[in-house]
Amino acid sequence: MREVAFWVLAVGAVAGGVAVFAVASMARATFALLVSFLCTGGELLLLGLDYLGTLVILMMIMEMLVMAVFMVMYMMNPAGLTPMSMVHNRRGATAVAGLTFAALAAGALTTPWPERRGLPPPDPSRALGAAVMGPAMPVMMVIGVAILATMVASVVLATAQGRYDRDGAR
Amino acid sequence: MSLPAFLLLASALFAVGLYGALSQQSVVMVMMGLELMINGVVVAGGAFWHHVAPARPDGQVLVLVAITVMALEMAMGFAVVTALFRAREVDVTDEAGDLRG
Repeated sequence: MREVAFWVLAVGAVAGGVAVFAVASMARATFALLVSFLCTGGELLLLGLDYLGTLVILMMIMEMLVMAVFMVMYMMNPAGLTPMSMVHNRRGATAVAGLTFAALAAGALTTPWPERRGLPPPDPSRALGAAVMGPAMPVMMVIGVAILATMVASVVLATAQGRYDRDGAR
Repeated sequence: MSLPAFLLLASALFAVGLYGALSQQSVVMVMMGLELMINGVVVAGGAFWHHVAPARPDGQVLVLVAITVMALEMAMGFAVVTALFRAREVDVTDEAGDLRG
C-alpha cells in the first residue's frame, strides 16, 4: 500500500514538474508546480515526517497562491490564449538536464548506501524541535536572521521610493 | 520505498527544474525551475533521514533549511523582478544580460 502510494505520488510530483514547463499559461504553470509540491509533501508524510510534510503542504499552498498573483502581473502570455514559445536554447537545456538526471540516477542506483543506523524516534517532530532548540540552534538562528534580512531586502528592492528620497527629494 | 527509489525521484525533480531554469525566458519561470530543484533536495534529505540515520535529527534539520531557502528564494526573486521591471520594463532574461541600470 505504501509502495503504491509512493509511486503514485512520485509520478504526480514529476508530472507536475514537467507540466510547469509544458503548459501554455504561467498561471496554469503555478498550479502545476503546486501539484508537484503537494506530492512531495505526501512523500515526506510517507517517510514519517509528519511536521515537515504538513509544513510543505500548507506553506506551498500559500506560496503558490501568492505566486499566482505575481504570475498574472508578469505573464508573458495572458491565460495561454495565444500559443507561444517562452524558451530559449531548448536543445542545450534538454541535453544538460538529461545528462544531469543520468548522472544522478546512476549515482543513486549504483552507490553502496550505508546501512540504516538506529530507529526513528517515536515522535520525529519532537526530535526536530529539540534539535533546533538545542544542538542545532545555530542553524535556527541563521534561518531567523536570513528571513529578517530577506524581509528588509525585498521591501527595499520592491518599493519605488528608496530610503533617502522621501518628501520628493531626489 | 527504498532509498534509491527516493533518490531517483529527487534526481528527476532536480533535472526537470534544471531544464526549466536553463531554458525559460521569463525570470519568474526561471524561479519556478529553481523551486523544483530545491524540491528535489527536500525529497533527498527526507529519504536520507529515514533510510540512513533516523535516530539523529540532522536530516530533518537539513529539510527545514531547504524549505526555508525555497521560501526566501521566491521572496527575493519577486523583489528583484519588481526592481528590474521598474528600472527597465524588462521581465525576460535575454533583455537583462548586461549591467546597464
